[in-house]
Amino acid sequence: MKPFRYERADDVSSAVTALAEEPEAAFLAGGTNLVDLMRLEVATPEVLIDVRRLISDRIEELPDGGLRIGAAVPNSDLAADDRVRRRYPMLSQALLSGASGQLRNVATTGGNLLQRTRCPYFQNVTTPCNKRAPGSGCSALEGHQRDMAILGSSPACVATHPSDMAVALAALDAAVTVRGTDGERRIPVTALHRLPGDTPERDTVLARGELITGVELPPPAHLIPSRYRKVRDRASFAFALVSVAAALDVADGTVREVRIALGGVAHKPWRATTAESALHGAPATGESFRDAAAAELARATPLPGNAFKVPLARNTMVSVLLELLEEGR
Amino acid sequence: MSDVRARPHAIGSPMDRIDGAQKVTGTATYAYEWPVEHAVHLYPLQSTIAAGRITSVDTAEAEAEPGVLTVLTHLNAPSLTRPDDPELAVLQTDEVAWRGQFTGAVVAETLEAARAAAGLVRFGYAPREHDVVLRADRDDLRKPEHAAQFGSAPGDLQDGSPADSLLGDADAALDSAPVRLDATYTTPMYHNNPMEPHTAVVSWDDGALTVYCSTQGSSFSQMLIAGVLGLPPDRVRVISPHVGGGFGSKVYPHSYAVLAAMAARTVRRPVKFALTRQQMFALVGYRPASIQRIRLAADGDGRLTAIAHEVAEQTAKAKGYADQVAVCTRLMYTAPHRRTTHRLAPLDIPVPTIMRAPGEGQGMFALESAMDEMALACGMDPVEFRIRNEPEVHPESGLPFSSRHLVACLREGARRAGWERRDPAPRARRDGRWLLGSGVAASTYPSPRLPGSSATIRVTPDGHHRVLIAAADLGTGTWTTLTQIAADALGVPVEQVEVRIGDTALPPASVAGFSSGISSWGSSICAAAERLRQVLESDHGGTVPAQGLEVTADMPANPDEDRYAMHSFGAQFAEVRVDRDTGEVRVARLLGMFDVGRVINPKTVRSQLMGGMTQGMSMALYEHSVLDPRFGHVVNHDFGQYHIAANADVHAVEAHWVHERDPHTNAMGSKGAGEVGIVGTAAAIANAVYHATGVRVRDLPITLDKLLP
Repeated sequence: MKPFRYERADDVSSAVTALAEEPEAAFLAGGTNLVDLMRLEVATPEVLIDVRRLISDRIEELPDGGLRIGAAVPNSDLAADDRVRRRYPMLSQALLSGASGQLRNVATTGGNLLQRTRCPYFQNVTTPCNKRAPGSGCSALEGHQRDMAILGSSPACVATHPSDMAVALAALDAAVTVRGTDGERRIPVTALHRLPGDTPERDTVLARGELITGVELPPPAHLIPSRYRKVRDRASFAFALVSVAAALDVADGTVREVRIALGGVAHKPWRATTAESALHGAPATGESFRDAAAAELARATPLPGNAFKVPLARNTMVSVLLELLEEGR
Repeated sequence: MSDVRARPHAIGSPMDRIDGAQKVTGTATYAYEWPVEHAVHLYPLQSTIAAGRITSVDTAEAEAEPGVLTVLTHLNAPSLTRPDDPELAVLQTDEVAWRGQFTGAVVAETLEAARAAAGLVRFGYAPREHDVVLRADRDDLRKPEHAAQFGSAPGDLQDGSPADSLLGDADAALDSAPVRLDATYTTPMYHNNPMEPHTAVVSWDDGALTVYCSTQGSSFSQMLIAGVLGLPPDRVRVISPHVGGGFGSKVYPHSYAVLAAMAARTVRRPVKFALTRQQMFALVGYRPASIQRIRLAADGDGRLTAIAHEVAEQTAKAKGYADQVAVCTRLMYTAPHRRTTHRLAPLDIPVPTIMRAPGEGQGMFALESAMDEMALACGMDPVEFRIRNEPEVHPESGLPFSSRHLVACLREGARRAGWERRDPAPRARRDGRWLLGSGVAASTYPSPRLPGSSATIRVTPDGHHRVLIAAADLGTGTWTTLTQIAADALGVPVEQVEVRIGDTALPPASVAGFSSGISSWGSSICAAAERLRQVLESDHGGTVPAQGLEVTADMPANPDEDRYAMHSFGAQFAEVRVDRDTGEVRVARLLGMFDVGRVINPKTVRSQLMGGMTQGMSMALYEHSVLDPRFGHVVNHDFGQYHIAANADVHAVEAHWVHERDPHTNAMGSKGAGEVGIVGTAAAIANAVYHATGVRVRDLPITLDKLLP
């Protein structure tokens, strides 16, 4: 672990300016992932700029019936919020399926979105990793592949994004508000994270110095029933092998509205737009669900060590949709 | 031999842990927490190649860091006396024997400074092509020899057993029987992972060494550390009253304590050293992976005619550790023709060690899975199939068992588990999307005593008895149970007994391992109590003199050890649910019925057995150290990635026992209870998974991908 300076800014704009000026600075919020990475010397910032007290830790109503979540809202508070539990149950379920109670008390909404992959080679400085050391090679490509991506990966990187919350936010069409030196902008959660391509060192589209200040949830409309299901190697405190956030609205036996996002399968929360398109207006049957899941996974490029994720993702999607269909009856 | 069985007062009562209040209030002092003045901190350096030589060392940048006192490498480390255990020879050569081996240490005023400077040390290497992959078809598998680690037992395997056994003509019987099974089972590399990491706080004072160390055997550590440092044992004091779990990894090795001692000698200051979780995956041992071929033959009545169990297992080129994987097969079931073999693949990997029922843990997964498969092949109920093949004496040595109540465990366990209502057809029961199944397996673990223990008892005229023995309490309740044994042996209430353990200033004790602790230390305490009674009567007319009285006794010989086979037994029943769509497995219920002789303390024994069963579940479903063949390191070397059963995974776990005393094992009538709970759980779960799904998983762990439809 390298020595570092710890600083607190007076407000968001000075924090953003300070970070933009310091080549080796990082924002610190909950620190549940960043501090681990610093211990491992995966992250070696010279300055930590603590932003936790600068950004909102409140959940507020929006005029359109949506919610605005301050980026400093702890995961546990967000999961327990009555409005979230009633209007966006899949978000609460996703949060509660992640990490542990202790970590959720400390981890923030913004930090959850920006956590790094848990790829074991990324986290081990003695092995090559293009994400950590661009150009050094991808150790996972021919290594331990169980937790790696099956969709949207590249020869440079097969890592997955670890967040559960982000998968639910992607399904809910949430957007993040971001403050940079040029002011504020709004980015849909589905566009926040990148696919690795040739530059896996960049997890998101955020420019250097940009700070997530909040997450906006659109009004829930009629998107009920919904749920988040996480499949993993033990019942708690493990990252998803595959997770599914889904909402399904059926009228007269026909799919009127459907949202599906997958976790554990890609470098980003994976919105299953192909499956959604296939299902819009289709009969709400197991056969439709299987066909839609198959269509989504037709582009999958699994590795030998994670080929099981393709049938697992298919089965989990179908199982969740069938449960939602049953629930809506 | 004194007989305390006639006067049960404390033994058999569910006495609360003596150290319980300290543990739950956080006041129990663990090794790293001992206050030591002017201490400095050590952070280790580890090799980043799996095999080869160090060709250059650059410590200049690290040594220039503020607060750094020294950087030890093989170039400047003090010479050690050549140890029997090559793992203890830290920093003695430029050879690298595995990835993650100690290559040096930074010693600094603060842990932060030591850790930061460690990142500045540069090693150059001349790597050799390394070889870390276990396969059963390797042409260099070799028969283990002289791998015994405990006591003076000769033998090939770590428990002192011979590598091979042969009775009758197994091959002919296997070829000709009407019902046959030939199946291969594998178990992966597992890491012990006690909650408390391995730590040493070391100080030199006038040529004498004090080591606060988290160890399963302070006397054994004293011997090892003194030997490698070239000191007489009485110049080394090891203090370890509280141990936050060991699971075998704190018997061997103590390379970290040797490294800390070298550093303390070099900088002439006390040194504190605690391994990180990641470092533990390369430095303190693990359960070696195994490939086990089992062949069974039976007649038309379900009687076994032949058993063969052939084992290939990992070991390190640096030290030829060998688990006794197939030794359980020598004693479990009767059959006229039988063969067991063990072969090792010496690899460029870290040194394995004993872990959570070493040998039996892996072996009984294979044997008891095979017995389930064979029961089905014979068209028999798996409980009845085992009972039909129950031996009257040890099937290979011919010795009678000191006690063996396996059949009673199977019958009573089956009754409690509701086994008679079980439909034997696989994949026949459902609850919504969950497939339901149940399975059974037998358990066994040796019940030995290890040599090397003595106990001292000091009594004062007010009736206070101080009992001194350097035993270890790994969180299992030893402190409490030894108090109960001493109270009954002395014929006094527990309030008049004060037991002191975990310090080599006390009389020596054998290690807490091999499920031998209570048998060995309790026997020694009973002998000391008997001697106290004799001395009081013969020299003092039965009255404690004003200045008090002290006696010491060694563990007495037990001639029955040569006349009887001494083992604990059990029967484990598992109920599982398997998600039809995802293959996720949940263990809804575990029920174990055990034969562990006389129970000293039902509260602590129940905890040990339930803990063991939970470890067995964890072995069955979750744990798995992933070795990357390209680098030679364990990829998933932290608790985020190495999955141990979490609370949410553990549902109903019940441990019961038959109320039988063993007439031969020791003065208490007890048998080993520390590890038998682990054994058989994995097979019971695998058998239940088969019953639920129709899928036979022969390769642990049983992960969902192996069950995906």
